[in-house]
Amino acid sequence: MGTANPEITYNSKIEGDIVVTRVDAAINWVRNNSMWPMPMGLACCAIELMASAASRFDIARFGAEVMRFSPRQADCMIVAGTVTYKMAPVVRRIYDQMATPKWVIAMGACASSGGMYRSYATLQGVDRIVPVDVYISGCPPRPEALLDALVKLQEKVKGERSSSKLLSA
Amino acid sequence: MATDFSYPDAAAKAAQVPKEFEPEKMSLSMGPSHPSTHGVLRIQFELDGEMVTKADPVIGYLHRGDEKIAENMTYNQFVPYTDRLDYIAPLANNMAYAIAVERLAKLEVPPRCQAIRVITAEMARVSSHLMGLGAYGIDVGAWSVFMYCFEEREKLYRLFEELTGARFTTSYSRIGGLQRDVPEGWVRKVDAFCDQFLPILDEILGLLTRNKIFIDRTVGVGVISRADAIAYGLTGPNLRGSGVGTDLRKDRPYSGYEQYEFDVPVGATGDCYDRYLCRGEEMKQSIRILKQAIAKFPGGDWYAKDARKIFAPPKDKILTSMEELINNFMIVTEGPQMPAGEVYFEAENPKGVLGFYIVSKGGGVPWRMKIRSPSFCNLSILPKLCVGHLVSDVVSILGSLDFVMGECDR
Amino acid sequence: MTIDVEITTAVSQQFPSATPRASLDCPAFNVPAAEALAVLQHLRDAQGYDFLMDLTAIDWSAEKSPRFTVVWHLYSSTKHTYVRLAADCASDSEPVMPSATGLWAGADWHERETYDMLGIKFTGHPDLRRILMWDAYPYFPLRKDFPLAGLPTELSDPDITEETKTGVIAAPMAGGPFVATPGEPMSDAEPRAKDEAWNERNEKPN
Repeated sequence: MGTANPEITYNSKIEGDIVVTRVDAAINWVRNNSMWPMPMGLACCAIELMASAASRFDIARFGAEVMRFSPRQADCMIVAGTVTYKMAPVVRRIYDQMATPKWVIAMGACASSGGMYRSYATLQGVDRIVPVDVYISGCPPRPEALLDALVKLQEKVKGERSSSKLLSA
Repeated sequence: MATDFSYPDAAAKAAQVPKEFEPEKMSLSMGPSHPSTHGVLRIQFELDGEMVTKADPVIGYLHRGDEKIAENMTYNQFVPYTDRLDYIAPLANNMAYAIAVERLAKLEVPPRCQAIRVITAEMARVSSHLMGLGAYGIDVGAWSVFMYCFEEREKLYRLFEELTGARFTTSYSRIGGLQRDVPEGWVRKVDAFCDQFLPILDEILGLLTRNKIFIDRTVGVGVISRADAIAYGLTGPNLRGSGVGTDLRKDRPYSGYEQYEFDVPVGATGDCYDRYLCRGEEMKQSIRILKQAIAKFPGGDWYAKDARKIFAPPKDKILTSMEELINNFMIVTEGPQMPAGEVYFEAENPKGVLGFYIVSKGGGVPWRMKIRSPSFCNLSILPKLCVGHLVSDVVSILGSLDFVMGECDR
Repeated sequence: MTIDVEITTAVSQQFPSATPRASLDCPAFNVPAAEALAVLQHLRDAQGYDFLMDLTAIDWSAEKSPRFTVVWHLYSSTKHTYVRLAADCASDSEPVMPSATGLWAGADWHERETYDMLGIKFTGHPDLRRILMWDAYPYFPLRKDFPLAGLPTELSDPDITEETKTGVIAAPMAGGPFVATPGEPMSDAEPRAKDEAWNERNEKPN
């Protein structure tokens, strides 16, 4: 990780082998770079989710290629696709089964607001049933947009006060 | 240390176990959030150990109300919804819908439009079968197949994006024509894609076709007999894998398919392996059709010029001439004016036969639109097919049926 | 585009009650509901229409009588032609139709969907329950008197309802869908919302 300014680069010969930082920064850094998604791939956005995990767009560079379908092992639920009223209790149940800390990315127009399906069967936005951290627009959003949302989520997580939450809970 | 235990004894003793000590059947729900169910499908199993005794698929987790929406939209406004039916090959759905509505008006589109539709539909077929292959590979444990297939699909996505503006969910066709003409040089790029694709396809198929693990998981699994395939309304590679050589592109050619020479692969036993082989061969035949379509690519109009009340005139005429302005206004606000009547048109989509039954009372909005979805009919055989197989065989069967829930539930 | 021209005469001779139906493409017949299965069987066994491609129904709206028409589409893999069969349901309030599951096993799911969407019961069906909506859903969505936005009801899972306090709501249409009504004078032909019965400002009418 080299920068133009050599004074910022960490050099163990000069500074020693102990890095002093804030607990929040360390915890958030670890959480950010291994954000394992729980792919709630429901419809067409799931195909773009798969494309972002494939070789060209490679979500693995962000540490998020471990797409575990088990909610216990996942950090971030990516709701990709239209949530219908029949599916909504299932999404909520799986969200409840995830262990904290957990975040939700609403991918695509249908997950954010119901999209173009204003009908009797479509939940008008997954935020009616789970709390959402990042919304991605697009129908479907390009894989670059999903990666941008992942980066935005990482920015959000970077600013969280994780240690006080851990100690208070 | 000798024990008096031997297998024949155990079997005899097991037969004498009284009824109340027999193991109970387990009820297991697979899905709707499951990596191998290809979308939101839920199967309610009754299991005896690992063996399936009853399977009840529960669908409808992606039912978005497309048919009700169609009754409230003009014909052109409904085109984006057709993309999201079989969202792995949207261009094929667009074409099927456009031709169905054009049959209502008895409208024939010019040869260039037909050729472009055939080219895009065959590219969509290759894309869909690659996805089916990739997903099947990943279900039975082959990660590399998935990666190779998706890289080829990315190349196709780039071509689609240049043509329509979107990687998939293209909304490319309109009633009476297309969204726009092919850009310059696009047809040559498709040609180049076809040339480099066949060796890579051989490489991908070579990873699975003679692979002992894949053969063990698919040969003899999920055998669909000929009679069953016809009774349950199976179509597409699922039907052809069972030995019925029905392909609408050959039997009832539409959009100029009669000009192209191609073969239709038909399977012998109807197991998962046959369906996999059918899809692989269909991709090669699609490339064959593409090469012919590109070689014969005609010039001329890309939309029906004389369909004044159906296809919007070009923009420069709209802005300068009164009659075209009125036509455009009517088409955009009320929709393409269709005569009253009923029509049913089916197209050979990658997943099977996609049919549109349109009941029109005149005007720009249909009275009833029924979408006959191939995945809906393909899945209906699941209760009969899964019984007697192990749970891991069910994963193999689901992959070989290659359905997509967007189409099944609409 | 091939059409089976002899089928019209063949069916009319065998079943005098089957009248031709107006159709823009394939031969079509109207049959009384009681004879529908017999005609279907004849078409399958004697005329070679081995595939049941589609089974659906049309709601002509609550003012019309008969209100519901069930439509079958058959395809012959040997002759490569289609035929359409339509039968009106006798009752408008409790529509019933005999089930074709005895002839084609694939009719099972199609009939379940027609029941789910339009409320038409098929007698002789082994397991007639909802397929696309959840079992406890109280309405038949494709009926013409049901709005596109839907009607409020409860979610299928009481635990989740209690936890999240959400339910099925009527979708906010915001004045859409935007389609003009034909026959209006052009100065009035701004797209008016076809289904504006429920939105953020108007209460649901009774």
